[in-house]
Amino acid sequence: MSSILLNSNTQWVLVSTMILGIAAGIIGCLAYWKRQNLMSDALSHAALPGVVVAFLLFAEKNLLVLIVGAGISALVGAFLIQWITNASRISEDSAMGMILAVFYGFGIMLLTIANRSPGGNQSGLDSFIYGQAASMVKSDVITMLILALLVILVVLVGYKEWKIYLFDQEFAKGIGLSIKGMNAFYTIVLVTTIVIGIQAVGVILMAAMLIIPAVSARYWTQSFLVMILLSALFGGISGAVGTLISALGSGLPTGPFIVVVAASIFAFSLVFGKQKGLFINYIQYRLHQKRVRNGMQMKAEGAK
Amino acid sequence: MAKTLIEVENLSASYRKNTVLHNVNFEVKPGTLTGIVGPNGAGKSTLIKTMLNLHPALTGKVSFFGLPFPKVKKRIGYVPQRGSVDWDFPTDALDVVTMGLYGQIGWLKKTKEKHRKQALSALEKMGMKDYADRQISQLSGGQQQRVFLARALVQNADIYFMDEPLAGVDAATEQAIMTILKELKSIGKTVMVVHHDLQTVENYFDHVLLLNRTVLHHGKTERVFTKENVADAYGGNMRWMGGERQYELHSFK
Repeated sequence: MSSILLNSNTQWVLVSTMILGIAAGIIGCLAYWKRQNLMSDALSHAALPGVVVAFLLFAEKNLLVLIVGAGISALVGAFLIQWITNASRISEDSAMGMILAVFYGFGIMLLTIANRSPGGNQSGLDSFIYGQAASMVKSDVITMLILALLVILVVLVGYKEWKIYLFDQEFAKGIGLSIKGMNAFYTIVLVTTIVIGIQAVGVILMAAMLIIPAVSARYWTQSFLVMILLSALFGGISGAVGTLISALGSGLPTGPFIVVVAASIFAFSLVFGKQKGLFINYIQYRLHQKRVRNGMQMKAEGAK
Repeated sequence: MAKTLIEVENLSASYRKNTVLHNVNFEVKPGTLTGIVGPNGAGKSTLIKTMLNLHPALTGKVSFFGLPFPKVKKRIGYVPQRGSVDWDFPTDALDVVTMGLYGQIGWLKKTKEKHRKQALSALEKMGMKDYADRQISQLSGGQQQRVFLARALVQNADIYFMDEPLAGVDAATEQAIMTILKELKSIGKTVMVVHHDLQTVENYFDHVLLLNRTVLHHGKTERVFTKENVADAYGGNMRWMGGERQYELHSFK
């Protein structure tokens, strides 16, 4: 174990998955209150064809190139979802389901082709499906770090704007906030978070990084700021611990372990969470019941 | 006579293919309190939203102080329908009221202590000071409406638009809101309110705009709010009940 931790590459990878978890936790809160959790799932699946196309075009596995490809592909997916919703009678959730499946299927098809091409077997593109943090090299890590920090910065600097955008769009528009601009910013930070995460976590499970920390944080607070900070914390812990566990064995995918850690945090929050956690709810109900019963008893005795 | 403050010319708007407003023309003088009255689906909310650029206008022109909306939006306050936001959002009453100051604070700038104080005094005005740090999800409907009104008050606008502020609130809240509206009027602000309750129109508003897809009648309440005109707006399907202010609506074809 200690030898793994001392390995400098593992340290870099740990830091990057942790920052990724933090960024995803923060952006997840935005998606949660925009009521668009499924959107993150659709867009991460929609990123896959872009990764493969970028690889086929440039014939090298440079993370920045692949990320740009993934980003374009996810944005096309986002645009198509919006267009289908506006221009046809198909509802948004159906559109998201369609785009998710079609883009992912297309991506897998291209991946098969890429793997058969000369040198494709060693491409390691498969790691984009379930995530393979250990396969990242230092330059990948630096790319991830910079983008993740940028995303975090965008949300924290505009905290006040994000809050009013998510709470009351019409009012925000009335006092001069550009909703179109905010929508564009939202899509950009969401897609950026997704594409920097897919190598470490994989396109299939990336959505979990965005959804689970946010819903876990919801169980602990009634303040938007605290929710963002907690979600960042939960995401960071999931990223780091999940990567650590997967690094213990060789060739273990990272994504599933990160999700398992995140899910454990969620399960704990669901039961013990301060805000409507199951356990607290039960205790509060019983205490209240006791109080009411005692009150009735005292009344009855007083009447005697 | 005071000059015109709000001017709406030939305004029309639609949802997809359904035209809900057509050829709307009216003018509003400063310092008036106008009730926008009409049946369901008459386009009352749409009228406000279209005037405030929240809904696209098909045709027509709206001007405030002789200028188009984007140039004067800081002088206009809007209170949307209570149901238009997610009250489960994790924030407290004071924070929601502070949002009314975001325009003044400036984008990307921090909220300061003086802004909090301003927001707190607006809450106090609405009788909600004790609820400042209450979760908005734990407020009653009437309290939520007061918070919305307080948020509009801190904007310190010259013109206010309110979409059914009295819908589903109890008598105490209704009184509190009306007191504030009349106070706004008395200090020279102009207020337009979408209103549903025909029985209170005469007590609450000095001007009435009877709307049903277009403006049917508009002017001083005592002149415009007559049996015939109201029947006109509601499609003639109503019966004047006994007393002075008793109306009953029937919807037969």
